[in-house]
Amino acid sequence: MAKQKQPKEPMPPLGVWAGPVALGWLVPGGGHFLLKRNGRAVLLLVSITLMYLCGLMMRGAMFQPQSGDLLTILINTGGFIGNLASGLLYLVTVWLGYNQADVAGMVHDYGTKFLVTAGLLNILAMVDAFEIAAGRKS
Amino acid sequence: MPKMALSHFEASLLFALFTSVVMGVVTKRDDRERIRYGLYVFGCFVAALVGLGWVMHFGHG
Repeated sequence: MAKQKQPKEPMPPLGVWAGPVALGWLVPGGGHFLLKRNGRAVLLLVSITLMYLCGLMMRGAMFQPQSGDLLTILINTGGFIGNLASGLLYLVTVWLGYNQADVAGMVHDYGTKFLVTAGLLNILAMVDAFEIAAGRKS
Repeated sequence: MPKMALSHFEASLLFALFTSVVMGVVTKRDDRERIRYGLYVFGCFVAALVGLGWVMHFGHG
Protein backbone atom coordinates (compact mmCIF):
# COMPACT_ATOMS: atom_id res chain seq x y z
CA MET A 1 0.00 0.00 0.00
CA ALA A 2 1.28 3.44 -0.88
CA LYS A 3 2.46 5.51 2.07
CA GLN A 4 0.29 8.54 2.79
CA LYS A 5 2.04 11.83 2.20
CA GLN A 6 2.62 13.89 5.36
CA PRO A 7 1.10 17.38 5.06
CA LYS A 8 3.80 19.99 4.57
CA GLU A 9 4.47 22.04 7.70
CA PRO A 10 3.88 25.76 7.19
CA MET A 11 6.95 27.99 7.21
CA PRO A 12 7.14 29.88 10.53
CA PRO A 13 7.36 33.69 10.38
CA LEU A 14 10.82 35.08 9.63
CA GLY A 15 10.99 37.01 12.90
CA VAL A 16 10.78 33.76 14.89
CA TRP A 17 13.80 32.00 13.42
CA ALA A 18 15.98 34.61 11.70
CA GLY A 19 17.70 35.76 14.91
CA PRO A 20 18.73 32.31 16.19
CA VAL A 21 19.84 31.18 12.72
CA ALA A 22 21.86 34.36 12.08
CA LEU A 23 23.49 34.23 15.51
CA GLY A 24 24.09 30.52 15.01
CA TRP A 25 25.97 31.32 11.82
CA LEU A 26 28.07 34.04 13.43
CA VAL A 27 28.91 32.11 16.61
CA PRO A 28 28.67 28.30 16.63
CA GLY A 29 25.96 27.40 19.15
CA GLY A 30 24.86 31.06 19.33
CA GLY A 31 21.34 30.25 18.18
CA HIS A 32 21.01 27.65 20.92
CA PHE A 33 22.22 30.18 23.50
CA LEU A 34 19.55 32.61 22.30
CA LEU A 35 16.92 29.88 22.63
CA LYS A 36 18.14 29.05 26.17
CA ARG A 37 19.50 25.61 25.24
CA ASN A 38 22.75 26.37 27.06
CA GLY A 39 24.09 22.84 27.51
CA ARG A 40 23.78 22.00 23.83
CA ALA A 41 25.06 25.44 22.90
CA VAL A 42 28.27 24.91 24.89
CA LEU A 43 28.84 21.50 23.27
CA LEU A 44 28.36 22.98 19.79
CA LEU A 45 30.54 26.01 20.53
CA VAL A 46 33.39 23.93 21.95
CA SER A 47 33.30 21.17 19.29
CA ILE A 48 33.01 23.40 16.23
CA THR A 49 35.48 26.01 17.48
CA LEU A 50 38.06 23.39 18.48
CA MET A 51 37.67 21.66 15.12
CA TYR A 52 38.22 24.96 13.33
CA LEU A 53 41.25 25.84 15.48
CA CYS A 54 42.75 22.38 14.90
CA GLY A 55 42.32 23.01 11.15
CA LEU A 56 44.18 26.30 11.47
CA MET A 57 46.95 24.72 13.55
CA MET A 58 47.35 22.04 10.89
CA ARG A 59 47.74 24.91 8.41
CA GLY A 60 44.74 23.92 6.31
CA ALA A 61 43.98 25.91 3.18
CA MET A 62 40.91 28.09 2.64
CA PHE A 63 38.89 27.74 -0.56
CA GLN A 64 38.10 30.52 -3.01
CA PRO A 65 35.45 30.14 -5.74
CA GLN A 66 37.18 29.41 -9.04
CA SER A 67 36.05 29.00 -12.59
CA GLY A 68 37.16 26.12 -14.80
CA ASP A 69 35.82 22.63 -15.31
CA LEU A 70 32.77 21.43 -13.40
CA LEU A 71 34.76 19.55 -10.74
CA THR A 72 36.93 22.59 -10.01
CA ILE A 73 33.86 24.81 -9.67
CA LEU A 74 32.11 22.27 -7.41
CA ILE A 75 35.08 21.65 -5.12
CA ASN A 76 36.11 25.26 -4.73
CA THR A 77 32.64 26.76 -4.43
CA GLY A 78 31.52 23.99 -2.04
CA GLY A 79 34.69 24.42 0.00
CA PHE A 80 34.21 28.19 0.09
CA ILE A 81 30.63 27.79 1.34
CA GLY A 82 31.90 25.34 3.98
CA ASN A 83 34.54 27.83 5.11
CA LEU A 84 32.11 30.74 5.12
CA ALA A 85 29.61 28.77 7.22
CA SER A 86 31.96 28.99 10.21
CA GLY A 87 30.83 32.61 10.61
CA LEU A 88 32.96 34.88 12.76
CA LEU A 89 35.71 32.27 13.00
CA TYR A 90 36.20 32.49 9.23
CA LEU A 91 35.73 36.25 9.02
CA VAL A 92 38.30 36.93 11.78
CA THR A 93 40.75 34.45 10.26
CA VAL A 94 40.58 36.15 6.87
CA TRP A 95 40.65 39.61 8.46
CA LEU A 96 43.85 38.68 10.32
CA GLY A 97 45.44 37.77 7.01
CA TYR A 98 45.58 33.96 7.24
CA ASN A 99 46.63 32.82 3.80
CA GLN A 100 47.86 29.25 3.65
CA ALA A 101 48.71 28.00 0.20
CA ASP A 102 47.31 24.59 -0.76
CA VAL A 103 50.46 22.51 -0.39
CA ALA A 104 51.03 18.76 -0.47
CA GLY A 105 51.14 16.90 2.83
CA MET A 106 48.71 14.87 4.83
CA VAL A 107 48.60 17.24 7.84
CA HIS A 108 47.74 20.24 5.61
CA ASP A 109 45.14 18.11 3.89
CA TYR A 110 43.52 17.13 7.19
CA GLY A 111 43.61 20.79 8.20
CA THR A 112 41.71 21.80 5.06
CA LYS A 113 39.06 19.15 5.76
CA PHE A 114 38.77 20.21 9.41
CA LEU A 115 38.16 23.82 8.35
CA VAL A 116 35.44 22.89 5.86
CA THR A 117 33.80 20.33 8.14
CA ALA A 118 33.62 22.82 11.02
CA GLY A 119 31.51 25.03 8.73
CA LEU A 120 29.33 22.14 7.59
CA LEU A 121 28.71 21.11 11.20
CA ASN A 122 27.76 24.71 11.93
CA ILE A 123 25.15 24.49 9.17
CA LEU A 124 23.69 21.45 10.97
CA ALA A 125 23.65 23.46 14.20
CA MET A 126 21.85 26.31 12.39
CA VAL A 127 19.22 23.91 11.06
CA ASP A 128 18.73 22.58 14.59
CA ALA A 129 18.34 26.15 15.91
CA PHE A 130 15.75 26.78 13.17
CA GLU A 131 13.76 23.70 14.17
CA ILE A 132 13.82 24.66 17.84
CA ALA A 133 12.80 28.25 17.07
CA ALA A 134 9.98 27.01 14.82
CA GLY A 135 8.68 24.74 17.59
CA ARG A 136 9.30 21.55 15.64
CA LYS A 137 11.76 20.31 18.24
CA SER A 138 12.29 20.84 21.97
CA MET B 1 49.61 30.21 16.14
CA PRO B 2 51.23 26.91 17.18
CA LYS B 3 51.58 24.24 14.56
CA MET B 4 49.96 20.85 15.00
CA ALA B 5 51.42 17.70 13.53
CA LEU B 6 49.27 14.63 14.03
CA SER B 7 49.39 11.11 12.65
CA HIS B 8 46.59 9.83 10.38
CA PHE B 9 45.09 7.97 13.32
CA GLU B 10 45.16 10.94 15.73
CA ALA B 11 43.72 13.36 13.17
CA SER B 12 40.94 10.93 12.21
CA LEU B 13 40.13 10.29 15.86
CA LEU B 14 39.85 14.02 16.56
CA PHE B 15 37.67 14.43 13.47
CA ALA B 16 35.44 11.58 14.66
CA LEU B 17 35.18 13.06 18.16
CA PHE B 18 34.10 16.57 17.10
CA THR B 19 31.76 15.31 14.40
CA SER B 20 30.02 12.77 16.64
CA VAL B 21 29.47 15.33 19.41
CA VAL B 22 27.72 17.69 16.95
CA MET B 23 25.77 14.85 15.31
CA GLY B 24 24.61 13.65 18.74
CA VAL B 25 23.54 17.15 19.78
CA VAL B 26 21.57 18.06 16.66
CA THR B 27 19.86 14.84 15.66
CA LYS B 28 17.96 13.40 18.60
CA ARG B 29 15.20 14.67 20.85
CA ASP B 30 16.29 13.86 24.42
CA ASP B 31 19.62 13.79 26.22
CA ARG B 32 19.77 10.04 26.69
CA GLU B 33 19.22 9.45 22.95
CA ARG B 34 21.75 12.15 22.10
CA ILE B 35 24.48 10.51 24.19
CA ARG B 36 23.70 7.08 22.75
CA TYR B 37 23.68 8.36 19.19
CA GLY B 38 26.88 10.35 19.69
CA LEU B 39 28.64 7.24 21.02
CA TYR B 40 27.21 5.16 18.18
CA VAL B 41 28.46 7.60 15.53
CA PHE B 42 31.88 7.75 17.18
CA GLY B 43 32.01 3.94 17.26
CA CYS B 44 31.09 3.80 13.55
CA PHE B 45 33.84 6.27 12.71
CA VAL B 46 36.42 4.25 14.66
CA ALA B 47 35.26 0.96 13.15
CA ALA B 48 35.46 2.43 9.63
CA LEU B 49 38.88 3.89 10.43
CA VAL B 50 40.31 0.60 11.65
CA GLY B 51 38.57 -1.40 8.90
CA LEU B 52 39.75 0.86 6.08
CA GLY B 53 43.21 0.93 7.63
CA TRP B 54 43.44 -2.85 7.37
CA VAL B 55 42.02 -2.79 3.80
CA MET B 56 44.76 -0.35 2.79
CA HIS B 57 47.37 -2.39 4.65
CA PHE B 58 46.49 -5.52 2.68
CA GLY B 59 45.87 -3.54 -0.51
CA HIS B 60 49.42 -2.23 -0.45
CA GLY B 61 50.75 -5.74 0.13
